[in-house]
Order: sequence, then C-alpha cells, then structure tokens
Amino acid sequence: MALETTVIQDKLTGQFGDKVSDFIQIKDMFTFEVASDSLSEVMGFLKNDPLLRFNFLTDVCGVHYPDNEVDRQFATVYHMHNWYDNVRIRFKCYLNGENPEVASATEHFLSANWQERETYDFFGIIFKGHPQLKRILNMDEMISFPMRKEFPMEDGGRTDKDDRFFGRTPDNSTVK
Amino acid sequence: MSDLLLPPEHRYAKMIEQKQNEDGSELSILNLGPTHPATHGIFQNILLMDGERILDGEGTVGYIHRAFEKIAENRPFYQITPLTDRMNYCSAPINNMGWWMTLEKALDIEVPKRVQYMRVIIMELARIADHIICNSVLGVDTGALTGFLYVFQYREKIYEIYEEICGARLTTNMGRIGGFERDWSPAAFKKIHTFLEEFPAIWTEFENLLTRNRIFMDRTINVGPISAEKAMSYGFTGPNLRAAGIDYDVRVMQPYSSYEDFEFDVPVGKSGDTYDRFCVRNAEVWESLKIIRQALDKMPEGPYHANVPDYYLPPKEEVYTNMEALIYHFKIVMGEVPVPKTEVYHPVEGGNGELGFYLITDGSRTAYRLHFRRPCFIYYQAFNDMVKGQMLSDAIATLSSLNVIAGELDA
Repeated sequence: MALETTVIQDKLTGQFGDKVSDFIQIKDMFTFEVASDSLSEVMGFLKNDPLLRFNFLTDVCGVHYPDNEVDRQFATVYHMHNWYDNVRIRFKCYLNGENPEVASATEHFLSANWQERETYDFFGIIFKGHPQLKRILNMDEMISFPMRKEFPMEDGGRTDKDDRFFGRTPDNSTVK
Repeated sequence: MSDLLLPPEHRYAKMIEQKQNEDGSELSILNLGPTHPATHGIFQNILLMDGERILDGEGTVGYIHRAFEKIAENRPFYQITPLTDRMNYCSAPINNMGWWMTLEKALDIEVPKRVQYMRVIIMELARIADHIICNSVLGVDTGALTGFLYVFQYREKIYEIYEEICGARLTTNMGRIGGFERDWSPAAFKKIHTFLEEFPAIWTEFENLLTRNRIFMDRTINVGPISAEKAMSYGFTGPNLRAAGIDYDVRVMQPYSSYEDFEFDVPVGKSGDTYDRFCVRNAEVWESLKIIRQALDKMPEGPYHANVPDYYLPPKEEVYTNMEALIYHFKIVMGEVPVPKTEVYHPVEGGNGELGFYLITDGSRTAYRLHFRRPCFIYYQAFNDMVKGQMLSDAIATLSSLNVIAGELDA
C-alpha cells in the first residue's frame, strides 16, 4: 500500500508541530522544511517510524542563498527514500548566513559522513557531531568555501582571457 | 614503510608505538596511490599494515576535482552535458541522458516514444561497456590478462556505435533537450545488430574463463564483503548493493524513459563480496542485451526529438531561409534558454548505481544550483571498512570490483 503524502505530513506535524513546515509537492517530489535545531530528531523519526520507514538517505547537499534574510542564507538539502513503499521526499534546513550550523546525520546513516564533509568543504556549513569534519575534495590549506556565490569561478587577476565578449563576466578586473 | 613522514600526533603513529610496546612487533605504513596502476584512478590510501594484513586505512580523494558544480552555475544548460560526460567516463551516455531527462522534467517536456527507446538502447550499451571494463579489469587484478584483452574489442565496438550516433567515442556529449541531434543512421542500427549477434558468444567465453575458475574464485570469494544492512547505511546502490542481496534498481523502482515496457530481471547476489559483485555485473550484461533486443524489436516510428523549438536547435537549412528558425537558432546558441523557477531531482540507474541530478533553477539562463549524486563518491567511503583485516592484494581486488571511477568520485 502506497504511503500517502498526507500521512507523512500528518505524522510529522503531529510529532514535531511547527518545527516542520511548508509542505508542498514540487513536480514528482514531496518536500518540506525542517527547523535547523530539530534536524536529527526528524531524520531519526523518518527512519525509524514503523509507518514512514525512510530507510535510505539518498543525498545530502548544500545551497547558498545570499539574497535571503540572514537566518535563511544557507540550506542543507536531504533526499530520503522509503524502499518499502517506494516514496521519495526532500527536505531543507535553512541555516544562518553568519554561522551555519546543523546537526550531523552520521548517527543515522553512515553515508552522511562524506556527503557532509563535501558540504562543509564547499559551503563552510558546520555539522555538529560529525566524527571527522574536514575538507574532502579541496586541499586542506584552502581558506575559502568555493561553492558560495560570492566566490568567483575564475581567478579575477587573469589577463590571458577576456570574457567580456562572451556575456559572462562584465569585466574581469571588477570581479573580486 | 614506517619511516614515512607521519606527524607524531597522527593516530597511526600512536598505534605503531603502542603495538611496539605491547609485544615488540612492528607495524608499517603503506602509501597506496595516488598514482598506482592498481588503483585505476587517482586516489590515495594510507594503510596501516601488520605484515601483509591491513589494520586500518585512510583515504584521500579529490586529486582530479574539477569543480563541475561551480562551472554548472555559470554555463547555459546545454553546456553542462560535457561536464556530465567527464564524471563516469566509462558510461558517459547514461550521464548525458540522465541530464537531459532532468531538464525535461524541469521543463515538463514529453519526449516521443521513439526517443525513449533510443535512449534505452544507448544507456544499456553504455552499461555493458561499463561492466565490461569493471569485470575484465578485475580479472587483470587477479592475474588474468587474457579475458581483458579479449572483451575489450567489444567495448571498442560499442564505442563505434557511439561514434556512428554522435561522432564522439569516450566523452560523448550525446543528445539534446527533447531527443537526439539527428536520427540514427542505418549504419548505426546495423552496428547494433552486429554487436547483438557477436557479443553473446564472446561474453559466454569470458564468463567461462573466470566464473568457475578455481584461482579466480579463491581470489574473490569472501574478499571485501559487506552486509546488506551496512551497504544500505553506506548509501550503496547499483550492482554493489545488489551483490549484497538487495534488489534495488532505479529502472524498476521509478521507471524512466519507458523502462516499464521491457521485461528484464534484476540479478542479486548474496554475500556482497567481490565474487558476487562480479557475478551480478555479468548477469546484468545479459539483462542489458535482453533490453536492447526488445527495444529494437518494438522501436516505434516517429520523430527523433520532441517538438520544443525553444530548446531544440532547428535544422541548419531552415536557419538560412526561415525567420523563426533563425531567431531560435540565435537564442539557443547565445544561451538565451531560461528554465522556469523550479526544483527537480532525477535519478537514473548509472553503471555504478543511482546517479542523481538535483537541479535548482531560478528562471535564469543557468542553473542556480546543480548537485550530482555520484554513486562512487558515496560508496567509496565504505572501502576502508571493507578491507580492514584483509590482505593487501585483496584490497586491490575489492577496489577493482567496486568500480570506483575517479572522475565521478571527484566531480
């Protein structure tokens, strides 16, 4: 029997009240928001509840929204999958732009380990309780977080390449 | 060796000292990689060894990180396909098709049945190519070079089919939004038919060489095993997960591109060891051949692309004579193809597991955020866990059977 999205919503709001919000179906995926201070509990509930049974953490990634208000400038996005009823969900945790911190999901899923390291590496989001939060794809000496929007894709000091004519950056010299 | 420069506060240095004090025996450090022919890619493993047995390992990845996700935020959508090629370059067309399907989902484009069947054929050919490499190289790593040289000719034949369809061989950049750039030529169909006729005999022979080969079995059975539960927690998908006994396959769970029209089995293993992974991949090659045959038999007539002039380049001859075609051509070439604000996640069954594309668009001409769920990256973290307590040569076989592709791992 398929797991209806209304059941997911009712169960979550029943358990967590206003910590979970903005339930909406986007294309083929049921999505919602989770308050950053209750991420670990919500994920544990989704995984262990006998009805919900979201047994698989498909994906963890980060997003940077520099134009949002300061409390919502980062987001961590989680995709979970219930293999018994074949239902996928996605939820976001919005984080503070100055001090992005969220609980680690490693206590529930081993696969979160490297995915959170990757998210930390590229966005500087701190996962509290992560066993080994350090850079993974970039070199350890790096000081910036390259997937943040303010980080320029190319070195602004380059003189061998002029992108003005290709509609990309208006002027190489003005890029920070 | 143990005089390898290791900071004294490193946990291995402490473990070595502790063991020395305990019973006087000497543990050593072995640096496997980053550029070692047996690692099939650039990743480093620092192994703590007791003689030939691995006590612990620490992996370093990222040597060929190329910032694809960052580049994708600065390029028009159709220029992202070449980036996807370079992830799992052993089965590039699957990545390409997965990306087009993600965009089509974001744009609500329905593609013709013929295109879906063509995609299925090309994706299954890519899967065969991927499994040919993985399994034959596993043979090489356990000491059997013959099988590898023998079946590699047939990877070449698959590359010739790609060449006939899109002009490229390894990094294919195949397809467009809504379909293919041109219809497949009769020569392409002929090559596929020839492949289907010749390959089964070759693959049977390859299987005969290895599957019941005593040496091969001794080298692979109970080597690098993983339990189903652990594999699931580590985010395993694809053949590696199925070898552990879970029949999760995206093609069956969430059929895309008309996979629901075809009859095929999902082979599963039992113990999740190297031998089971080998057998599952072998069996999957047969299933892929089955799917290709069905798709060819049932191939409907019709257009080879969807009717989406906003996103699909018009034929060149029309561009010279037709005003609208000229406008569309100009807009598409200049990257003026905005995608409405939305968020989609689209998974496909890649050569190594669930390859997912998570796309956030904000109505502009480039992706606001594009995240690739790369199966290799997620399951490679289990490697050190899997080889703990095994011999060094078993670690090589395990790594080989996991089919970790450095390009996909590092993005």
